[in-house]
Amino acid sequence: MRTPHRSVLAAVAGVAVVALMAAGCGSSGSGSSSGSSKTLTASAPGITASTITIGSHQPLTGVAAPGYDEIAPAANAYFQYVNAHGGIYGRKIVYKYLNDQYDPTITSTVVHQLVLQDNVYAIFNGLGTPTHLAVVKYLNSSKVPDVFVASGCECWNAPSTYPETFGWQLDYVREGKILGNYIKQHFPGKKVGYFYQDDEFGMDGVKGLDYEIPKSQVVARESYNPTVTNIAPQVTALKAAGAQVVVSFSVPAFTALLRLNSLKLNFNPQLVVSDVGSDPITLAGLLESFAKQGGTTVQGNELTEGIITDGYLPSLGDTSNSWIKLMTMIHSKYLTKYPLDGNVAYGIAVGYTFVQAMLKAGRNPTRQDLIDAINKGMPQGVSVAPYAYSSSNHNGITGAYMAVIKNGALVPTGPVQVTDTSPTGAVTTYTGGQPAAPASGIPSP
Amino acid sequence: MQEFIEFGLGGIGIGMIYAAIALSLVLIWRGTRVLNYSQGGMAMFTTYVAWVVISHTGNYWLGFAAALASGLILGAILERTVVRPTVGKSPLNSVIVTIGLLIFLEGLAGIIYGGQYRSFPAAYSVRGLKIGTFSLGISPSDLFTAAAVLAAALALALVFRYTTVGLRLRATAFNSSVARLLGIRIGRVLTLGWALAGLFGALAGVLVTPSTFLYPNSMDSIFVLGFTAAVIGGLDSPVGAVVGGVLLGVVLSYAGGYLGNDLVLVYGLVVLALVLMIRPSGLFSSAVARRV
Amino acid sequence: MTLLRHLAVAIVVAVILALISVQIGSYRDYQMAEVAAYVVAVAGLTLLIGLSGQISVGNGAFMAVGGYGGALLMIHLNWPLELVLLASVVIAAVSGAIFGVAAARLRGPYLAGATLMLAVALPTLADQYAGVFGGDQGLSVTINTPAFLGATFPPTRWLAWVTCAAALIVLVLLANLGRSRIGRSWRAVRDDEVAASLAGLNVARLQILAFVVSAACAGLGGTLLAVVTGIVAPGAYTLTLSIGLLTAAVLGGLGSLLGAVWGSLVLVLVPSYLTNVAASHGLSGAASSSIPIAAYGVVLIIVMLVFPAGIQGGLRRLFGPAAPAAAVPINVLRRRRPASEHQKEGTT
Repeated sequence: MRTPHRSVLAAVAGVAVVALMAAGCGSSGSGSSSGSSKTLTASAPGITASTITIGSHQPLTGVAAPGYDEIAPAANAYFQYVNAHGGIYGRKIVYKYLNDQYDPTITSTVVHQLVLQDNVYAIFNGLGTPTHLAVVKYLNSSKVPDVFVASGCECWNAPSTYPETFGWQLDYVREGKILGNYIKQHFPGKKVGYFYQDDEFGMDGVKGLDYEIPKSQVVARESYNPTVTNIAPQVTALKAAGAQVVVSFSVPAFTALLRLNSLKLNFNPQLVVSDVGSDPITLAGLLESFAKQGGTTVQGNELTEGIITDGYLPSLGDTSNSWIKLMTMIHSKYLTKYPLDGNVAYGIAVGYTFVQAMLKAGRNPTRQDLIDAINKGMPQGVSVAPYAYSSSNHNGITGAYMAVIKNGALVPTGPVQVTDTSPTGAVTTYTGGQPAAPASGIPSP
Repeated sequence: MQEFIEFGLGGIGIGMIYAAIALSLVLIWRGTRVLNYSQGGMAMFTTYVAWVVISHTGNYWLGFAAALASGLILGAILERTVVRPTVGKSPLNSVIVTIGLLIFLEGLAGIIYGGQYRSFPAAYSVRGLKIGTFSLGISPSDLFTAAAVLAAALALALVFRYTTVGLRLRATAFNSSVARLLGIRIGRVLTLGWALAGLFGALAGVLVTPSTFLYPNSMDSIFVLGFTAAVIGGLDSPVGAVVGGVLLGVVLSYAGGYLGNDLVLVYGLVVLALVLMIRPSGLFSSAVARRV
Repeated sequence: MTLLRHLAVAIVVAVILALISVQIGSYRDYQMAEVAAYVVAVAGLTLLIGLSGQISVGNGAFMAVGGYGGALLMIHLNWPLELVLLASVVIAAVSGAIFGVAAARLRGPYLAGATLMLAVALPTLADQYAGVFGGDQGLSVTINTPAFLGATFPPTRWLAWVTCAAALIVLVLLANLGRSRIGRSWRAVRDDEVAASLAGLNVARLQILAFVVSAACAGLGGTLLAVVTGIVAPGAYTLTLSIGLLTAAVLGGLGSLLGAVWGSLVLVLVPSYLTNVAASHGLSGAASSSIPIAAYGVVLIIVMLVFPAGIQGGLRRLFGPAAPAAAVPINVLRRRRPASEHQKEGTT
């Protein structure tokens, strides 16, 4: 029989293990905010005289990782460029991004680690909607800036409940409205089928589409689960409904699968794809093995030719654009092991936006200074449409241009259009243009 | 009508892949009484080997052969090094070891090849076949897939029934102590069983990866459904594996197509539940429930 | 007497844990809370597998049932935490009973297959009925630190206290259950089903009861984990979770409650440790973030090969009679031949 002595010994041993593995103790790094002196002080947690430490959660492995795992290294590459050219008022950006495998439980763990143990100044570009939703309440109650979330959910625009949280990319409802408006105008009376991911990305996109496309035109709505790659039933159903236009809110893998399954079924609708799933380079890479089939000398791009999509960053095919030149330079210097594709462009763009915001926050910023800087509005940068940022609106990019994939690159087919997320807000043309990139590649304060 | 045929043929196509995974699981279960949770991971890894060969030589069939060969070798190596020590211990030890293997193989693939999706070619064209203007919903590649899996299953059945090697495999599975007493080298038989299973897994991998794209976790969901198919068919029966795979593929195709795809995994659970309620050891098992 | 002894040990441990939680800082408190939540779920699973001999690769589904049930009660009915925890136990127990009845005739790998499919399929219901379950985004779960502790009490420490208290209560209850007549009946069925049936035990009822208990524990663990992480979402209840629970139970030592603790510690601390080691060597970026994953797989294999009886069994071996005693005798390790082996040899 066990004696109490042994059991207690056992229990204490177990508990001691926990204590032994607790190496660090939390330390606080809050300092006092300083005035406008030239000396750099530790004005906030995560800020020292020489560094700014920010954190993020990213899916670096697992089913959500392909493609998305390029974004954080791309942003980090831009930060390294800035660090090498004077940093932010002389401070270097230290970007610590941790793998959450797209699992909200792990997201919560790593974000707690970043805030409580690594004492980051802010959480930057946290990726994923269900993942980031796991931590948004925590970050806001701990008053940690939560800037430029990498997700198009409307949920980041809630300044009264989540004052620390800001979106960045074009949200999915706006995108749905812009795509829907285009379809309404260019394919009147044609039968439209929806193909969408069964999460908020797909469902918000469908919401936006429904605000624009008349219900009578929609003949099929097929959703897919990203863990089940066999989408033959969905494509068969789309074909059986007679869809002439298929709007797809899908990630690149499933856009490619849609194309492949359509080939198998001899189904040839016009594809209109969300920006998320239409990066021409990624798609071409996924489809290249199949384009060489059949003995004919088929161009690798044949299978992506003619896909209609939208874009809110300049097209990578527009090599004379000053922003594309900047991205190409960053890519060739720091990111050669990745292709220069949409994910890399996204990472550099959002990194640039963060640097803009930090420069606006001041020489010795507190955490609140960063929030205030964005609330005062951000100048248009890498995006083709202006930001919506204000103290009452935490949405980011407000519009995009329609484009078509030709020869493996995005070719714009129309002007930039902006809209809002309401059911009745119109889709209007934006005439403001886009400023050129700064010559140094670094925004001015 | 057309979509009815397309659903059916499409279901058979993917069902053949489930059948191939199920076959490899049955092989290992019959031979070694181990549930190999790393079967999908092994298949993914051998497909990467094929991909490397194809990228360097441009020859699909060379890559295909490389995948099968590396499947044989990988299965044999894993059995000798990692699985052998778990024989005789609690069956859950081998479960954890194979789970650890799965995690290791996925991590290793991520380290060597990176996480991004790779395109993997199909054996033949992926354009759908037509009779006149009537689209059948399958492509020459699908036909090849079905033929390859059926041929392999038939070959396996013939080996089991008509060769000495097959007899040894069955004897070892039935009662390893008696088999050893009869002079059968148990160790070699176990290794052969795993090697063959590796071969089947590799076959499933190269056949299905064109439509899942190649990345470290590409075989995860295929494995789950292949495992379900094996359970449906009965883990002791290669025939059951093929029937279970095709049945599962077809049912999920029709259910997903007509009832909506959000719940396709729930439909799979329903099929499994129905089969197991009627026959708790799968459709083709000859186990008689022991009543007392 | 057994109950009193277990309670006394539990109280001592509770005090020690409370003292430790004050010392180790907020982030370690958060990890302690995570570990405690997993201990609850793993303890139920190790009892199911180790004591009653049934395998489940799907207890993550029961964690989801408990987690979602608790979240819905908190959001829609505003019940206090204690009531929510109790309710989630009941809800998960009912679901365990339903599954147990359906699966009563299944053995070995067939049961494994059924639980595997359950683990994979059940969370997709949350996507389908998005109005109720919040869809892919899930539902947010928050609890407030009670006012009597003061405004400066760290929230993670309160989480640690709540979860550790729940874990200790569950461990005491399970320890008593393991030593009771039911526990002995389970072991009898596990070791030889036919003999147990001949001796008059109702095998089916015992098997179902074991499922109910393990599901109830999983459900409670699920709610606790939801409270700690702040969210219930389908992405949190993938097959990886179920497999993690299984790994923790076997690695820690099957059938042993202390083994459940060791297993949960490994589950929470080792991946985090490996990731930080990789990060501190400057390895970041996609390819190298796979290194902690591969390393974790190697850890699992090596621990299983070196300590076939799990960590608890290994401790017994290393420290001999002075080691913490396992709750299960050593003969659980004898390989139990499944019924199908005694069949007529099947044809191909």
